[in-house]
Amino acid sequence: MRRRVAENLAAYGFLSAALVCFAVFSWYPIARGAVLGFQQVDFVTDPAWVGWENFERLFADPLFATAWRNTLLFTALALVFGFVVPFLLAVVLNELRHFKAYFRLIVYLPVMLPPVVAALIWKWMYDPGPGLLNTALRGLGLEGAAWLDSADTSMLSLVIVATWANLGTATLIYLAALQSIPGDLYEAAELDGAGVLRRLWHVTVPQTRFVLLVLLLLQVVATMQVFTEPYVMTGGGPEDSTVTVLLLLYRYAFYYNDFGTASALSLLLLLVLGAFTALYLRVTRKADA
Amino acid sequence: MNSLSLRRAAGLLLAGSLSLTAVACSQAGDGGTSAGGKVTISVNGQPPQTQPFDRKVFDEDVAEFEAANPDIDIEPHEGFMDPKTFSAKLAGGQLEDVFYAYFTDPANLIARRQAADITEYVKDVPHYDAIRPELRDVFSKDGKVYGVPTANYSMGLLYNRALFTQAGLNPDQPPKTWDEVREAAKKITALGDGKVGFAEYSKNNQGGWHFTAWMYSVGGRIARQDGDKWVADFNNDKGREVLQHLKDMRWTDNTMGEKQLLVIEDVQQMMGAGQLGMYLAAPDNVPTLVNQFKGDYANYGLTGIPDGEGTLIGGEGYMLNPKASPEKIKAGLKWIQWKFLNPDRFEKNLKRYKEQGQPIGLPVPPVADVWTGDIAAKQSQLKASLATVPVANFQSYVDATPKGQIEPPNAQQVYAILDNVMQAVLTNRDADVSQLLADAEAKVNPVLAQVK
Repeated sequence: MRRRVAENLAAYGFLSAALVCFAVFSWYPIARGAVLGFQQVDFVTDPAWVGWENFERLFADPLFATAWRNTLLFTALALVFGFVVPFLLAVVLNELRHFKAYFRLIVYLPVMLPPVVAALIWKWMYDPGPGLLNTALRGLGLEGAAWLDSADTSMLSLVIVATWANLGTATLIYLAALQSIPGDLYEAAELDGAGVLRRLWHVTVPQTRFVLLVLLLLQVVATMQVFTEPYVMTGGGPEDSTVTVLLLLYRYAFYYNDFGTASALSLLLLLVLGAFTALYLRVTRKADA
Repeated sequence: MNSLSLRRAAGLLLAGSLSLTAVACSQAGDGGTSAGGKVTISVNGQPPQTQPFDRKVFDEDVAEFEAANPDIDIEPHEGFMDPKTFSAKLAGGQLEDVFYAYFTDPANLIARRQAADITEYVKDVPHYDAIRPELRDVFSKDGKVYGVPTANYSMGLLYNRALFTQAGLNPDQPPKTWDEVREAAKKITALGDGKVGFAEYSKNNQGGWHFTAWMYSVGGRIARQDGDKWVADFNNDKGREVLQHLKDMRWTDNTMGEKQLLVIEDVQQMMGAGQLGMYLAAPDNVPTLVNQFKGDYANYGLTGIPDGEGTLIGGEGYMLNPKASPEKIKAGLKWIQWKFLNPDRFEKNLKRYKEQGQPIGLPVPPVADVWTGDIAAKQSQLKASLATVPVANFQSYVDATPKGQIEPPNAQQVYAILDNVMQAVLTNRDADVSQLLADAEAKVNPVLAQVK
């Protein structure tokens, strides 16, 4: 017994540096943020308790509903594109006989670009006048789109950028999962006369189901926190069509210096993401068991 | 290894990690009165290393001021007002004793008690009363003073003389009205090759800022006082006139380019690259176009804002940390007056700029246009006698004297809402001007209702 305590003590000793860092730089700010959500702060006088006032202000802000709607739209679109496309890409890459490494590199390259740089490059490509995309479309005899410059297409344009930037990581993870599927399963299916699509549906999907689910949940959590693309490319416009929850939070904190309301909004976001994270933990625990 | 030594090791590790954290979290001291009765004040507004000339001037000034005032020690910090970090700096005890503030900030800072009351001390600042009263008011509330203005600008129309000539327009007779702007923009766009007649901002609150300038130019307002509260005042004929004009230029004439959601840097880049005919700007844009975007002074002209019923004035000044001691406030004001508001140093400053090949004659600092009466006269006389840039190109701006109006209260929040109005008109061919103004009014009124 004494020995076990002593052994653990050593472990805690080694852990203490990390624990203190977490406490100071993660847990304390989170707790402090939760408290701020119920206070009015000017950083000169002591914070005043205002109860639910910050939340009431949020609910009264017409942008609050807009921001959630936009964020959910982004998440939904990002899943349709960012979930299905990498999977199909991984299947294709997995079937390749030659140049596998070369294509893997090509797919992964965009991930290496800093997000702000990627956003700025795309901003230039989306330019409705001399931009690359519209020039190409006009070259094909098609009509160019307004891309970021129209409330109808702005969100879709951002999703394309985000998908392009994060495609590589998801593709590589799927590829790893695909390569771990035993080859004899495919052989057995082939002997039973299953075509390509049926093999995909009856062998590949069930074998990679767990990876698919984990990535799905991770993507929901990540895409709901979308900030860089709208911040750099549209500033939330045109006509509030790309104001996301995090962008609204940023405005409250740094445009209006209203840290109380910003914290209240981050609390709400925390609750929503917390639910998805709990789901994720349950799924992974099931898999570990 | 027995349990005792293990425990000791663990204890040492714990102590080690704690002290590491303590070091990481310790704060820089905020200075104060050091030994020998010297007052140390931290000031921001030091230009970055990327602007070598301005940096040199600033550092020379600090040295000269300290030599003349041996009891004051200046601790310069780079940077100006960054709303994103202001509150955090204040909370962390890192805000400078003397800090830069843009004209849109003081009202909110005063309301939030984030600036010191300097009413008692301002009485001893030389020439304070010669500063233009409307600028002093920006930093005052209810008869109390919280800061000192040091520079200002007013919005005019900046145009490309070379493109004017190419398009068969007379660069010495720039447009005086918005209708003339519209006609000139058509001719410049007709040059082809991606030339844009007129550009306008619509993002990051800059759209609302310029919509405000348009409103002032046609004699309109953004907000008015109704008894003791503020209400929106743009959902009217003036507002519709402005938006309709923009809409016509964007969609009927196609003279504003395809790409929208622009900010100031985008437009400056277009101007510097010789792709743009005109945009609304203050004179300080001209050196930026030359220094950052490789333009040429001879190519730019500046004239008064079209229609000229009024114009937007903005600017900057300095305020003092609410936690600063009386000694620091006195020393801080001494520095601000000596460096920024010093008629005795007009000539020296201008000559210093001239020797370094910097432009003289533009209506911009080193000698800011904040004065009235004799001091203002002395300044413009000196400027004219030492001019190095084609002053004639900017004369019509100087001669135009529309009534300057400051920005509306809670300007940044109001601008964020008005950004939308600009975005809609510039990106949606079917935008309903009246509906946009009504919607914006409904959103702006609650923001203005918060003004105390």
